[in-house]
Amino acid sequence: MTDIDLSAQETELSHATLPRGAQWLVAIAAAALGGLSLVLGAGIVGAVAVGGLAFVLGYPLWALLVENRRSATDKLVTGLVWTAFGVAVIPLIWLIYMVVARGTAAISPEFLTYSMRSVTGDEQGGLYHALMGTLIVTGIAALISIPIGIMTAIYLIEYGKGSRLAKAITFLVDVMTGIPSIVAGLFAFALFTLVVGPGTRFGFGGGVALSLLMIPTVVRSTEEMLKLVPDDLREAAYALGVPKWRTITKMVLPTAVGGIVTGVVLSISRVIGETAPLLVASGFNPNMNTNALEDSPMMTVPVFIYTQLSEATAKGVEYAWGGALVLFVLVMALNLIARIVGTIFAPKTGR
Amino acid sequence: MVAVRDEAVGEAADGSVAGAAVGISGRGSVGDIVFRGFAVAAAALILVALAAVFIFLGIEGIPGFDVDEQHYAGQGSFLGLVVPLLFATMYAAVLALIIAVPFSVAIALFISHYAPRRIAVPVAYVIDLLAAVPSVVFGLWGAVALGPYLVPAHGWLAENLAWLPFFDGQPSGNGRTLFTAAIVLAVMILPIITSICREVFAQTPRLHEEAALALGATRWEMVRYAVFPYARSGMVSAVMLGLGRALGETMAIAMIASPKVVVSLFVIGTQNPQTIAAHIAQGYKESTPDRLSVLIATGLVLFAFTFLVNALARWIVARGRAK
Repeated sequence: MTDIDLSAQETELSHATLPRGAQWLVAIAAAALGGLSLVLGAGIVGAVAVGGLAFVLGYPLWALLVENRRSATDKLVTGLVWTAFGVAVIPLIWLIYMVVARGTAAISPEFLTYSMRSVTGDEQGGLYHALMGTLIVTGIAALISIPIGIMTAIYLIEYGKGSRLAKAITFLVDVMTGIPSIVAGLFAFALFTLVVGPGTRFGFGGGVALSLLMIPTVVRSTEEMLKLVPDDLREAAYALGVPKWRTITKMVLPTAVGGIVTGVVLSISRVIGETAPLLVASGFNPNMNTNALEDSPMMTVPVFIYTQLSEATAKGVEYAWGGALVLFVLVMALNLIARIVGTIFAPKTGR
Repeated sequence: MVAVRDEAVGEAADGSVAGAAVGISGRGSVGDIVFRGFAVAAAALILVALAAVFIFLGIEGIPGFDVDEQHYAGQGSFLGLVVPLLFATMYAAVLALIIAVPFSVAIALFISHYAPRRIAVPVAYVIDLLAAVPSVVFGLWGAVALGPYLVPAHGWLAENLAWLPFFDGQPSGNGRTLFTAAIVLAVMILPIITSICREVFAQTPRLHEEAALALGATRWEMVRYAVFPYARSGMVSAVMLGLGRALGETMAIAMIASPKVVVSLFVIGTQNPQTIAAHIAQGYKESTPDRLSVLIATGLVLFAFTFLVNALARWIVARGRAK
């Protein structure tokens, strides 16, 4: 009687496991199944889907038959997690491929150096005016946001710690982060409608709208960087009798400069692709306009893409892709600059 | 030393102490006052800017609540216009969340617990890259590339799943529908939800995970019983922030879905419910002041709504932290 009990326990302690390399066996079988469906005419997407499904379901099924439920669930989830990653990468690769392939076809020296002034039908033209507009409007936004953002962060970290105003500002910066971009555009439009005149759309308005979106990100990133500066540095400066403002400008800011510049550049790359606020606040214009203060619309690259697409002609779509490539290159260049600046200035904490 | 510390820490609490400390240091007190003044002014400017947002949107928008009938895009009254728009805004955002959340959580898990480190770092970078793509480029891709590609899927859905209200009707022939727009919107909010979830998952105490594994849990059981309970409030707030972003997103929907001001669950047709942001973007050229007031008023409603969603997200985070 006791003997039987013991043997029963023994079988409970160790159970059958899948052979080594089982996953590769399943993978090969799944790939074969995918290949078969390709031969049968399912198309490349269908074949990959069949193969992937066969692996994600087949491997746990085998585990369920040989091992147990728990192990099968574990293998199923692992398969799903890998699949989710694989599926999520598809739009990114597809999008980058489309932008580069269709964009390079559209880009020519003329495209980059001409405006759309009196262009009709299939005549040539370009986005030079939009490129200039984007640089000007983004430049204005940066000029407004960077000083305000950095000084606010300095106030929050160096002066206002724990005070009621600082708490209110932190909350308001949170609120600002959540402003829908089109509402920022409407604000700038409403503001200049009242100040300048009804229906005012010009470059400066777009800059104001973008700065509303940019300030919170500058504050956030600068704040994080200032928090990383060790208090010992500040105290050492105070002990030497250095006034507080000199401590901040000569000790704290230089220590944190790498991170601050990285954050600022990233925030520029975030707003340079904004479309909706510029559509409302800067308007659109087929002509060159480099005067941001004059009361006439200023074209920008994102708005160029939008208007070209809404023309719904073959040439319009081509130009939209060209604009998308230009915008994409701008954003990626800014991201790259941010990374490089980050690595150059980063390891200053040692000695 | 003590005095200096007092100045650094306790200044805001008691202005007079701060003044005394600056006085002791002697030189530079003018510079201190000026610099401090700049910092306070910048901080106060943020207060003013937000107040200005409300005031100017209010001045320009409030008249839009009650103007002549013809300015409400054929809906008769402000409520008649804004209710369908608000419904569509919510609807599109929720559809995007339904698609994005499972993927985001899975990818976050992939980065924090499943992938080998060698793969996890580049994967995190690639997902961040997705966040850097401008929304107008997403819109272009959705309208020109993804939409036409999904036309057969539209037909299949209309044929086989017509018993669901979402797919009951004549499918669109060019794929420029809310269905396509919701997928693009999902791709756009995926990086936000993923990056927050990833951080929360990574904060699970190592000991909890190891204890679970030592008890014989499989990896999934470890995630289910150690990581998820710990990360729940963080995950909820990540989803809420994604929702906030999706509510305010303009271009993807304005460029992809062919619009109509309508309350409808049908997502694959040629007349798709139009969101507030897309409605504003598509009406921005109209120059009559009354029509613009109406658009600005709908913008105010959108602002108030996203503010509520974001406030709810913050409240959940704060509650999670307090525990």
